[in-house]
Amino acid sequence: MRVQALIKRIIKQMLRDKRTLALLFFAPLIVLTLMYFFFNGNGNEAEIGIADIDERLVALLEERDIHIEYVEAADSQTVIEAELDGLLTDENGALKLILLNDDPSVARSILVQVNQALLMQNAAVGGDAPTLETDYIYGSGDTEFFDVLSPVLIGFFVFFFVFLISGIGLLKERTSGTLERLMATPIRRWELVAAYLAGFGLFAVIQTVIVVSFSVVILDVVLVGSIWHVILTNLLLALVALSLGTLLSSFASSEFQMVQFIPIVVIPQIFFAGIFPVEGMAEWLQGIGRIMPIYYAADALKGVMYKGLGLADISRDLLALCIFALVFIVLNVFALKKHRKL
Amino acid sequence: MEVHKPFIFRNGVLLVSIEIDVKGVSKSYGKTKVLRDIHLQIQRGQIYGLIGPSGSGKTTLVKLIVGIDTAEKGSVEVFGIKMSNLDLLKDIGYMAQSDALYLELTGYENLAFFASLYPMKKTEMKKRIAYAAELVKLTGELKKKVSAYSGGMKRRLSLAIALVHDPKILILDEPTVGIDPELRLSIWNELMHLKNEHQKTILITTHVMDEAEKCDIVAMVRNGALIKNGSPDDLKAAYGANQLEEVFLQAGREQS
Repeated sequence: MRVQALIKRIIKQMLRDKRTLALLFFAPLIVLTLMYFFFNGNGNEAEIGIADIDERLVALLEERDIHIEYVEAADSQTVIEAELDGLLTDENGALKLILLNDDPSVARSILVQVNQALLMQNAAVGGDAPTLETDYIYGSGDTEFFDVLSPVLIGFFVFFFVFLISGIGLLKERTSGTLERLMATPIRRWELVAAYLAGFGLFAVIQTVIVVSFSVVILDVVLVGSIWHVILTNLLLALVALSLGTLLSSFASSEFQMVQFIPIVVIPQIFFAGIFPVEGMAEWLQGIGRIMPIYYAADALKGVMYKGLGLADISRDLLALCIFALVFIVLNVFALKKHRKL
Repeated sequence: MEVHKPFIFRNGVLLVSIEIDVKGVSKSYGKTKVLRDIHLQIQRGQIYGLIGPSGSGKTTLVKLIVGIDTAEKGSVEVFGIKMSNLDLLKDIGYMAQSDALYLELTGYENLAFFASLYPMKKTEMKKRIAYAAELVKLTGELKKKVSAYSGGMKRRLSLAIALVHDPKILILDEPTVGIDPELRLSIWNELMHLKNEHQKTILITTHVMDEAEKCDIVAMVRNGALIKNGSPDDLKAAYGANQLEEVFLQAGREQS
């Protein structure tokens, strides 16, 4: 079959281009690792005070690299005097977490760890989950700049590298004249698009799995929800990147022109990915955000990784990504009309 | 609808069959006219040469015939069917002016890839690849990556790819550029063989006059217009010239 022959050829070509493969698979890991060290410099040093808390919960917290200090009095003054990052107390069955929040990333990480420990304890013991009330000594819970960064970054790197490599892949086919040569064979335009999606898609899948596993296992990025949902979201995002990359490559006549799409197409998406709070933007700016694929992917990834949302909660985001991919794929088939009407 | 008859019969005997029929084709890129009202007919088993300086529109005309470009006016018919038509592409072997090859792949992989785009059985495919490679004297080099090929070797591989699916029509855009004289001669011998033994129809573009001499019909193209066509001998006789080159120069002066 023609599609099969094309896929085989694309895979062979990619496997022989070791540098591109390395870029696709390892560059995101290097950047993510750097980001991790930049933003999580003191994240592991968190120390919280404990008063009247179930031993099992304390054990779970210690497992999560949180230093525990047993304290007597239980108010915000204790936290400041004992130079703690937080304080967990039990007030008549309701848990109360006071966070110093002088470094939002530390406060956020404690909150996430406590939440996860609670979930685990709850899963083991059963019954209703105890409520957790959070108080901030400095600032508020809205200071979440760096913690939401990792899900967004994972999505962004998947998008960026797949976009670049698939776009340049099809561009090479164009500039070398092989695309035109292919058009002189009985191949159909959709067969070509399908083969490109499948051939590069395979590498996008591998990249996604590597990046997500690396982030979760090695970098220990916060992951409250299911890793499979993270992978699924990233795969859909990769499909969008793949189809957009090949589509835009038909408007570029050289590799350099393909790179020129990065500041136009890729960089603006970062601004709408939730690194900067979208809610505070002007209405029309928010409107622009809604036509950016990463906006939806970041929303879903933050939901799953940070808030622990399930598939049902992110289904709208996933649907949006599917629509993007579908539109780009159809446009791809039309863009090839430039070469042959049939 | 007008019914086109590519076959001309006399007393029930097939005299000529016209395989490629270019009917009043015009094409322009932006404001530049690249082709002006070109008419030509190519018969089965003919070697038809398009000759003209670079930029004269030969390649554009070839692309229109293959169906990878469309005319503004006029049409191209192959076997009496209007191009572009995916089924017809099975019967056309096209060699582009630029070597459209995958440099990361070996010569064999390139041939196998293009062969697998046509309906062909595995065993037949292997035979065809071996035949096409032998024809261009590349059998010993098939395991090498194309990036290690010389310019002439790439040209030969492109020719082999055009032949690999055993097409009825060969359309070759400057096939012998960068190929040494000895190999050029052997390629021409093979083209003659394909024409005589297998009744292949061959359309070839060139700007080398001695190659034009070997064609059955030569069409001279200048500034997008077909200024003269006929057999080399007829053309020379008509102009009282010894060489095709003189015919070309004189016909060019008449045009301008």
